[in-house]
Amino acid sequence: MNLLTCIKQVPDTEAQIKIDSGGKGIQTSDIKWVMNPYDEFGVEEALRIKEKTGGKVTVIGVGPQRIVESLRTALAMGADEAIHVDDPAAEGGDALATARILAAAIKQVPFDLIFCGQRAVDDDNAQVGAALAELLQIPLLSVITKVEVSDDKTKVKVQRPVEGATWVLETPLPALITAQKGLNEPRYASLPGIMKAKKKPLATKKLGDLGLSPDQVGEAGSKVKIRALTPPPERKPGKVVEGETVLEKGSVLVKLLREEAKII
Amino acid sequence: MAKGIWIIAEQRGGTLRKISFELVSEGRRLADQSGQPLAAIVLGHQISEEAKKLAAYGAETLYMADAPELAVYTPEAYTAVLGELIKAHEPDIVLGGANQQGKELAARLAARLETGLAMDCVALRLEGGLLIAKRPLYAGKVYAEVVCETARPQMATCRPNVFSVLEPEVTRKAEVAAVSVTLKPEDLRTKLVEALADQSGKVDLTEATCIVSGGRGMKATENFEILEKLASVIGASVGASRSAVDAGWRPHSDQVGQTGKVVTPNLYIACGISGAIQHLAGMGSSKIIVAVNKDPDAPIFQKADYGIIGDLFEVVPILEEEFKKIMA
Repeated sequence: MNLLTCIKQVPDTEAQIKIDSGGKGIQTSDIKWVMNPYDEFGVEEALRIKEKTGGKVTVIGVGPQRIVESLRTALAMGADEAIHVDDPAAEGGDALATARILAAAIKQVPFDLIFCGQRAVDDDNAQVGAALAELLQIPLLSVITKVEVSDDKTKVKVQRPVEGATWVLETPLPALITAQKGLNEPRYASLPGIMKAKKKPLATKKLGDLGLSPDQVGEAGSKVKIRALTPPPERKPGKVVEGETVLEKGSVLVKLLREEAKII
Repeated sequence: MAKGIWIIAEQRGGTLRKISFELVSEGRRLADQSGQPLAAIVLGHQISEEAKKLAAYGAETLYMADAPELAVYTPEAYTAVLGELIKAHEPDIVLGGANQQGKELAARLAARLETGLAMDCVALRLEGGLLIAKRPLYAGKVYAEVVCETARPQMATCRPNVFSVLEPEVTRKAEVAAVSVTLKPEDLRTKLVEALADQSGKVDLTEATCIVSGGRGMKATENFEILEKLASVIGASVGASRSAVDAGWRPHSDQVGQTGKVVTPNLYIACGISGAIQHLAGMGSSKIIVAVNKDPDAPIFQKADYGIIGDLFEVVPILEEEFKKIMA
């Protein structure tokens, strides 16, 4: 099977996020960049399917040079090949603009099953996977916690938790799955894996190689524009509930919740 | 010129979900501001009586897409019907729910319509005909104001539990417009094999109005029982921090934070949670936050409206008793 995983680099979730002087972006000087955690589940699942059914895992990333580190991480985990779309005009795109690049790159290679993270933990958009499925005109299975490929490799059955239920869905391949936490525990890259990754093929593509022009993608090709970033609303300072005993503290708190916060 | 505000209602098993009433209420507010008509679209099978409930909240037109193939939601079939309808009528604004079904549907639909979508918004306003949408990034570490200037419709999804529901006025009536449904085989590739109902009976964390959450301080799986007991007294759902989930004490679906669920309850009680930045991001927009922690320097106290410095194993059972008294 031809398995593809799309990856993005995001600030580590422990990072403090500060707005830059332009007011539309964040300060990136102190940021530690990591592979989007939900994309890691996608890489891991593709590897597990390959180990069971045979085939090839290709990882694709759109972004500046630093994303090569995450592509190499995926290769070290066991992916076979990587594609890096590296073009300044690809930067700053909204979900549809980014999906357009991924779709153009994916149309150049064979694919049966595509994985994306269910969302990226930076812009929390949860749109690229859906837009990519739409551009490729294939079924979309979102926020998935279990994947089973049929023995004849023509169908996939998945579990999708929704509010109050889990849907078991089945669809023919090719299809696109967005990965949710709980799908698997991603492996760490082994030392031999890291050594091998250095020799695995990593193709670098420009927009022109994908048949795209700069005005279709990146900021220029985006419909959604950020007007301004603002810090989260300030919370008014809280109070520590005082009391001689735990019992007293508990009783004071419950009273405050009812009479002051009027929440209970 | 594009005209009209539309909301995509959501039904499951023939019953409208709460988000539908939040959407129609927000749609009404925007319609009143802009003088545009408000329409609701309902997709399903044999849903016309249920759909009429939306009229009482101010929907003037109900587009009813009724077909056996639409009884169960799939993104492809629903996108096909909505895509055709929206292309034919060219509404100015389309709102959906930012829950599991709504996010997936809106994302695929926006791509089909080649328009912009502001996902998971917490506030919407109009400025010179433009929909200005406010949405959290980095799970709420910053907020963005976004806009879609040229493409139409302007699309946004609304986070559950954030937009208030209007008082229904039962005298209001809506014009019902039947939508003709023609689906191609490729719209119907995905099948629902079965729906496994969640046996816990708890409200999903993203929709819960009350959450009791436990972290590393809980020390073991079985200790969550005291949180379950407290939760059942106040009608809360139980959540967990990443440490508690990674330790294997709670399922992944319980995780609150940047790599878990982003929640907006009226009351969030954090027990034995120190307040890692990625956790604070996920629960920081709760209306009232209570923290119970032994460590007076724990960062969670910076976010909390009320804090109790103490051992959660003593405090939680007392809270349960005290809540019982006033809830009685």
